[in-house]
Amino acid sequence: MTDTQTPAAKPFTTIIGLEVHVQLQTQTKLFCGCSTTFGSPPNTQVCPTCLGLPGSLPVMNRQAFALALRAALALDCTIAPFTKWDRKNYFYPDLPKGYQISQYDLPFSSAGVLEVVDPKEAVSRRVGIVRVHLEEDAGKSMHDESAGTADSRIDLNRAGTPLCEIVTEPDLRSPQEARAWLNELKLLLVYLGVSDCNMQEGSLRVDANVNLHIPRADGSLAKTPIVEIKNMNSFRSVERALIYEVVRQWEDWQATGAELGSAPKQTRGWDDPAGITRAQRAKEESSDYRYFPEPDLVPVTVSAEQIAAIRAAMGDPPAVLRQALADTWKISAYDSDVLVNQGRDLVAYFEELATLTGDGKVASNWMQQDVLRTLNERGGTVAEFPVRPAAVAEIIGRITRGDFDTSRGREIFATVLETGTSVADAVTGLGITAVGDDELEALCRELLAANPKIVADVQGGKEQAAAGLIGQAKKKNPNVNPGKVRATCLELIRQIG
Amino acid sequence: MSLSRQEVAKVGMLARLALTEAELEKMTGELSKLVEFVSQLSELDTAAVEPLAHPLETRNVFREDIPAASLTTEQALANSPRHDNSCFLVPAVLGDSGAA
Amino acid sequence: MQPLQLSALDLVGAVKRGDLSAVACVEAYLDRIVAVDGRINAFLAVGREPALAQAAKIDVRRKAGKPLGALAGLPVAVKDALCTTDLPTTCASKMLAGYQPPYDADVVARLRRADAVIVGKTNMDEFAMGGSNENSAFGPVHNPWDLNRAPGGSSGGSAACVAADMAPVAIGSDTGGSIRQPAGLCGITGFKPTYGRISRRGLVAFASSLDQIGPMAHSAADCALLMETIAGHDPGDATSLTDPVPAYGQLLGEPLAGLRIGRVAEHFGAGLDPEVARGIESAFDTFRAAGATIHDVELPHARYGIPTYYLIAPCEASSNLARYDGAHYGHRHRAEPGREADQVGQFESPLVEMYCRSRAEGFGPEVKRRVMLGTYALSAGYYEAFYAKALRVRRLIQRDYFEAFAKVDLIAGPVSPTPAFKLGEKTGDPLAMYLVDMYTVGTNLAGIGGISFPCGFTPGGLPIGFQLQGPALAEPLLLRAAHGFQSLTDWHTRRPALSA
Repeated sequence: MTDTQTPAAKPFTTIIGLEVHVQLQTQTKLFCGCSTTFGSPPNTQVCPTCLGLPGSLPVMNRQAFALALRAALALDCTIAPFTKWDRKNYFYPDLPKGYQISQYDLPFSSAGVLEVVDPKEAVSRRVGIVRVHLEEDAGKSMHDESAGTADSRIDLNRAGTPLCEIVTEPDLRSPQEARAWLNELKLLLVYLGVSDCNMQEGSLRVDANVNLHIPRADGSLAKTPIVEIKNMNSFRSVERALIYEVVRQWEDWQATGAELGSAPKQTRGWDDPAGITRAQRAKEESSDYRYFPEPDLVPVTVSAEQIAAIRAAMGDPPAVLRQALADTWKISAYDSDVLVNQGRDLVAYFEELATLTGDGKVASNWMQQDVLRTLNERGGTVAEFPVRPAAVAEIIGRITRGDFDTSRGREIFATVLETGTSVADAVTGLGITAVGDDELEALCRELLAANPKIVADVQGGKEQAAAGLIGQAKKKNPNVNPGKVRATCLELIRQIG
Repeated sequence: MSLSRQEVAKVGMLARLALTEAELEKMTGELSKLVEFVSQLSELDTAAVEPLAHPLETRNVFREDIPAASLTTEQALANSPRHDNSCFLVPAVLGDSGAA
Repeated sequence: MQPLQLSALDLVGAVKRGDLSAVACVEAYLDRIVAVDGRINAFLAVGREPALAQAAKIDVRRKAGKPLGALAGLPVAVKDALCTTDLPTTCASKMLAGYQPPYDADVVARLRRADAVIVGKTNMDEFAMGGSNENSAFGPVHNPWDLNRAPGGSSGGSAACVAADMAPVAIGSDTGGSIRQPAGLCGITGFKPTYGRISRRGLVAFASSLDQIGPMAHSAADCALLMETIAGHDPGDATSLTDPVPAYGQLLGEPLAGLRIGRVAEHFGAGLDPEVARGIESAFDTFRAAGATIHDVELPHARYGIPTYYLIAPCEASSNLARYDGAHYGHRHRAEPGREADQVGQFESPLVEMYCRSRAEGFGPEVKRRVMLGTYALSAGYYEAFYAKALRVRRLIQRDYFEAFAKVDLIAGPVSPTPAFKLGEKTGDPLAMYLVDMYTVGTNLAGIGGISFPCGFTPGGLPIGFQLQGPALAEPLLLRAAHGFQSLTDWHTRRPALSA
């Protein structure tokens, strides 16, 4: 069941806020020089600092702070001129120091916004960002039921990895919107080189907070208790989990009328195979983290000059790029969106192609139908893609000149892609030569002779019947230009009378 | 300023310290006395005074994002009470994570 | 040549010239340890073979004319709170019995690079929490001046070891007086430099914003020698100072005339033993005679030092000691199935039980008290009233010092309210024990430097300690003032009558 309430009689409003953790794309951890490479054998990227050994000390990674600043600026946040770190104290085996170094009351940034625009819909939503702060990740605990032991295995490779925690205001209004917003956030952060936002590798994690606002008959507003949903492993899971949870809360409210404040905030885990959220075991008392300023780290000050320098070096975010592309190359918002969503490198490729051909629309079509399609089939990056913009531009140019038609052009493209030859060689190799007017006329006469019915149809006024001759013409000679075949056949039929 | 046994027991759990009944009794008395002692700070008016978390004014200390040698797995596990040569072993961790 | 009679400076000079082999030097001290430590219990671990092997290598290099480090052949004892790769690091706790760090503390690495020979790890109050070295899980340390008395703490082992000539120098750590107070009770010189002057990397943390490492020796000159090696910036410690390290040894000789010394009336109130007070006054006389001037200064918030310290330190400690939970290293409770069936319901999971029992078994009573106090003071609803409040009072205390140092160069006074007290005398009352730090906690709270050295003896033959405190980075001034005093007196040359 989906959130398909008719706009006219919506019984409730869905209120969603997200808490996103992104791992920053640094070489080393936040407080030590251990590598952050994903997927290494357990406990091979650890040192006294991230193991929390006695006497170990943390030192802040300059690049991590720089990337965090970049992310916050791109999210339009206010950067605090003075920031510090705090200890969040709790006991857990994946947290070897018994505390996480995080930020509590003076995070380095706050009060931002990230808008999500779905070009298919008219709705755009400005989602407020409460804060972005910088903290260290914990390690991993693994429990293998099948091994039959009562133990958990702890791998501390991930402990100490730099994380940005991004907390939104509860401004999202539907599960679909939440998913779209996450896609926008990922695109932005990937564009900035801040994180690769790969949920499968754990470099982006999401928890969602959701409740319903239900207008009562008397005009007052009932609010269901807020539920925090955890354990969603993809953006699609986030959407599905929220869809499920909205229904569950609506049904629960109708059954019990329980409202916000009547019980402590509930945490529920998303079970993807089962497609449901499950209440997690309620804790006896809510955690008391006993935050206090981290004495081993000194505070950090950020100047207006620093902020200006980062802004200048950042490059345009996707939202700005989308508009710029559409305006500059006269392509539709939809096309621009498709291109920008593929990342900076593809946009650069497109822009080079559009410049060479002088036609943004044609370039955009070739990008979507040919470049992107084959790129996705083959895998690999845009930088590695064997067909360069100059080659595509050459093909497009020759099609425009009439050397061959678009479908032949595609064959040339495929040949260049597979064999790495030049466009000219591919043309020769495929035996593409221009068809002379005499040859064309002879061919058409042949076709007309063989297709009396089509001739009769055209003479009867159905010009479009001539289209049936094109396929046959191409079979006899693939080099013919469909447009010229049609025109020549029609002319000949006219001459017949 | 007296602490109740219940409060002290709660602190004991926060601090992950098992206390016998006798220890809880003794600790309640000792902590109450200590808390009363440190509470004399409330005599001072500090409304206009900023907290001093770091004795010195140092700011902006960073390290470069350059990899340094890590320990071997063997070294990392060398002092571990239980391990399987790859990971630390602890009594099973239940489904939810430690932090809220 | 009698190595046990020589200063560190003389020993280092003798080894360098070839007048004394490193092996002979180190062996003399190792033998002394064997002879007397049974009565003192200053050492938790002695590395005889590695020390002699290292000394032998130094002798070979010296004979081959190869360059030697500045401390070549010098035996050094290191408090067991500093990480050493070749000797266990226990912090005198059952929690870390047998723990072997995979890295050396920065100070230890510097000592090794300077070719000093680390002979062993010294006893201490558990996790540096205490003022008498009676909180060790491995037995108390006995004061060499009177074996029935405490040496002070928490660096009691380091202080006793130097006093009894088991090492010419030792490294201690000082969070609220833990170098200066035991130095005072043991008749030696102990130096806590400005916070950040020496790297804390590899010092097992007690209270991170207060801890500092420092040298302990028979003289300020020997302390200066050590300081030249162990002080300096460490990029691995974010609180480490980048200021260049002066050549402390070369700055010792400046005269005392003109030095303005502050005397704090609050220090001389009730609680100060009259014999100690007499010794302190005579020290002031010595400074006056040398041309220094004594001025009355105020530290109006001095009496709030102990409660401030006993909030900040336990709070930070409660967090620093959370890592000792039996999960990744250290003592882990051995579950005995059946025995605890009646306790099973008490803990929410086997994991939590492991934490709670491991820590209960691994920590001694004083550590538990401070962890509990710190946890309480940081907990929800109490943070503002306790920890945050203490941080504000800390600023007031620091301000007092700033204002005082606008009028005087150094502040002088007692380091301990009494001479060495009897073992067991204060262990029944935690608060009584905390008050032994009354003259020393202010230094750590303000982040400034302090040095203590002997200024006399009680009629009963117990050392009386004198303390100088200076503004931030006043190490050269503190060392030269102490050295100046030691040029005019011989208290620091006295030795306890310990028969070998």
